[in-house]
Amino acid sequence: MIKLKVNGKNQQFDGDPEMPLLWVLRDELDLKGTKFGCGMGLCGACTVHVDGQPTRACFTPVSAVANKSVTTIEGLSPDGTHPVQVAWQELDVPQCGYCQAGQIMSACALLAKTPKPTDAQIDSAMNGNLCRCGTYLRIRAAIHKAAAAPAKPAKAANGGAKTTASSRKSGTK
Amino acid sequence: MSRTNISRRTFLRASALAGGGFMLGIYPKAAAVLAQRQQVPLTPTDFVSIAANNVVSIISRNPETGQHSLNMLAMLVADELDVDWKNVKIIRPDADAKYGPQFTGGSTATPTNWEPMRQVGAASRQMLISAAAKAWGVAAAECTTASGRVLHTASNRSATYGELAAQAVTMPIPDVKTLKLKDPKDYKIIGTTTPDAENKDIVTGKPLFGIDVKVPGMLYAVFHKTPVPGGKAVSANLDAIKAMKGVKHAFIVEGRPLPSSFPNYLNLDPGLESGVAIVADSWWAAQSAREKLEVKWDEGKWATADSAEIAKKADELSRQPAGRTLRKDGDVEAVFKRADVKVVESAYVFPFIAHAPLEPQNCTAHFKDGKLEIWSTSQTPQIGKTIVARVMGLPEKDITVHMIRAGGGFGRRLYNEYMCEAAHISKVAGAPVKLLWTREDDMQHDYYRSGGFQYLKAAVDNSGKLVGWHNHFVGYGEGETFTHAGEVNGNEFPSRFISNFQLQATVMPLGIKTGALRAPRSNVYGWVYQSFIDELAHAAGKDPVQFRLDLLAAGPPAGTQGVMNPQRMIDVVKLVAEKSGWGKQKFPKGRALGIGFHYSHLGYFAEVADVTVNANKKIKVNKVWVAGDIGSHIINVGASENLTQGAIVDGMSEMLQEISLKNGRVEQTNYHEHPLVKMSQTPPIEVHWIKSNNSPTGLGEPALPPILPAIANAVFTATGERIRTMPMTKQGFSFA
Repeated sequence: MIKLKVNGKNQQFDGDPEMPLLWVLRDELDLKGTKFGCGMGLCGACTVHVDGQPTRACFTPVSAVANKSVTTIEGLSPDGTHPVQVAWQELDVPQCGYCQAGQIMSACALLAKTPKPTDAQIDSAMNGNLCRCGTYLRIRAAIHKAAAAPAKPAKAANGGAKTTASSRKSGTK
Repeated sequence: MSRTNISRRTFLRASALAGGGFMLGIYPKAAAVLAQRQQVPLTPTDFVSIAANNVVSIISRNPETGQHSLNMLAMLVADELDVDWKNVKIIRPDADAKYGPQFTGGSTATPTNWEPMRQVGAASRQMLISAAAKAWGVAAAECTTASGRVLHTASNRSATYGELAAQAVTMPIPDVKTLKLKDPKDYKIIGTTTPDAENKDIVTGKPLFGIDVKVPGMLYAVFHKTPVPGGKAVSANLDAIKAMKGVKHAFIVEGRPLPSSFPNYLNLDPGLESGVAIVADSWWAAQSAREKLEVKWDEGKWATADSAEIAKKADELSRQPAGRTLRKDGDVEAVFKRADVKVVESAYVFPFIAHAPLEPQNCTAHFKDGKLEIWSTSQTPQIGKTIVARVMGLPEKDITVHMIRAGGGFGRRLYNEYMCEAAHISKVAGAPVKLLWTREDDMQHDYYRSGGFQYLKAAVDNSGKLVGWHNHFVGYGEGETFTHAGEVNGNEFPSRFISNFQLQATVMPLGIKTGALRAPRSNVYGWVYQSFIDELAHAAGKDPVQFRLDLLAAGPPAGTQGVMNPQRMIDVVKLVAEKSGWGKQKFPKGRALGIGFHYSHLGYFAEVADVTVNANKKIKVNKVWVAGDIGSHIINVGASENLTQGAIVDGMSEMLQEISLKNGRVEQTNYHEHPLVKMSQTPPIEVHWIKSNNSPTGLGEPALPPILPAIANAVFTATGERIRTMPMTKQGFSFA
């Protein structure tokens, strides 16, 4: 039985201890925000925080995070108001959006250590996160914007339109 | 996410609106498939519904893979409808022919939707006006609209769309021929920036993508496919696999034969390759079992395919008479013999490359009682439904395809074999199944951008004019058939601009599948032709920009739609030269500018790269300037800049990538062997638009091709070494 804390909540897992944390999060705990991209720690789409450290969940066995505290994209804020999430929305960073949870988790880990990073510090912290759509310039700008934001989370200004999907409704019930 | 009670919504039926004029200029096979779909008349279709609380729901019919068509289509409707964007809710529909084409490819979303989606908005607005005019006993012509209200100024009356919606649906549907569209100066949404409507779900990690789909009772599948194309799984240790923890089913999939040697996979995909499917109660259990799988394969006739052998063969073929001549203008051989010309010969070599979207292929399917429900990230969900119907022997009416946001497409999801696989596995397993490929599966079972070899020979005369051009293309195919999306086209620039021009081709057999990768053909031919033109400019002793302008000026006037209009290209070349300060700076040794331009997918792009190359052949791209002409409007300003910058990064990555074959198998497995450019390698990218007097066209693709030659040409000027082989790492170059 492996005990861990995920987004502040105690969890237990009694399956294969070799199962990567990614699949425990996604398929056992139903936290779908952390993404599978390569399975080898090459792309960063699966980045989460383990005791505050950015960690690639796709090749971290769940046994390695026993008694540790894991934060996923879902744990950053209940409503998308973390300054990094706000900056991402304001600058309309995503194209396909698939890598962005991992990008945001790496960015948050950087800002926790280096509140006002330079371009070079951002590049160095973010180089392990691939974006197949090539949104790097906006990611870098959003990190600067979040760094400049007041400590108190601001309200997201998301241009208006919302989407819904009949397909998603049935797909996630 | 707010949802409106359907009973409180009133649908506006905008029926019989035209599907919109179809254009040439996307890749021909996609155009043919799309045109076929386009013939379905837009029967009464629910695109717009307005709730009593004035929330306007708009169907955005295309699959979203990151190109922002989700917003774009709704923006067109909303602007003509005259509602505020903040009151718009975008609805993603299922795949259904009643919506007309639902197709993400060939940069077609803008040109195929610009007219019909604005018409949907305008027709809906007209019906709301009619309803108000009737209620007030006034002439419709006296009514105006603003921000979701109909106004009658003379009597100082107004009503919200929500108040009028119930009445509006009973109004006659305006004839599309008399429908008045907005004067562009009155656009309030078109030409602004609207952030992706799903951004909040993206940044908070909501289940949004294909991989996130979950249905009750769902099992998880992996599919271990033949490593050699056309191979067959003969036997496997299925009993041992089935005994493993969590495994529910393990079985051999027979596979289906190709319909022909080089089919158009877009609509003739065989659907199922042979392999072994493993179904388990978790994906990890299925994947863990797979590691113990032992399969006996009949590898078939492609088991010895080898990239080094192919290259050797191509070189031999290049020295033999070509298989056929695709275009012949004038007499190139005579020109090459002239005493007053300088002849340049070069061979350009380019590899297969993979799409590698970050979300690996996946699909969820549920076969039950003869009916099939599919959740798919396909770029061509309607076509996918047709293919699945054929493979599964089901009528299309018994198949439901839900469209799901895709983690990148780039053309990979034009093809639908994962839908067939998931459907088949669900049927055998008797349960809903989510099939998820690994990255390795994705990289080794792609429809690759076709590789090839171009043997070029050209002549410039004493005045520096390009007077003859010969190209012997050695590619893949059989007889007169090229491999899918791997053909050469006799209308491609610089044909028609040189009076002595010959394009010939020879094909070699090939086992692996090929397909359309973002800006198919253009993504590599742009580099070949613009690099060789650069060689010719240097041979002629002319400035590379001036040499190009002279060549464009000597071309035929604007031709038919879908063929490059030289003046539009001249304009973007001049603009990018001006913005980049071309010819105005003196650079130290090792630093230079390079230019490239390319016309594709109806878009005109010229790009300049500023590079510094160090002694270890590391290329630092200092800056990139882009000038583009995609018509009169940049519909979503922010998204267009984002997409253009992404195209530059994508094009840079392609300079590093290769898929090679050994023993019939793809050698590369993951991103470390098929790299993507990283943040630190990404230059500042300045994007400039010419808003020409032409109908707006798409942006998914045309910004990509010029960046490869722009960088390669800058590298030549900086170092004296010409990049003639991709990936450029084969010549020792890489990005700093």
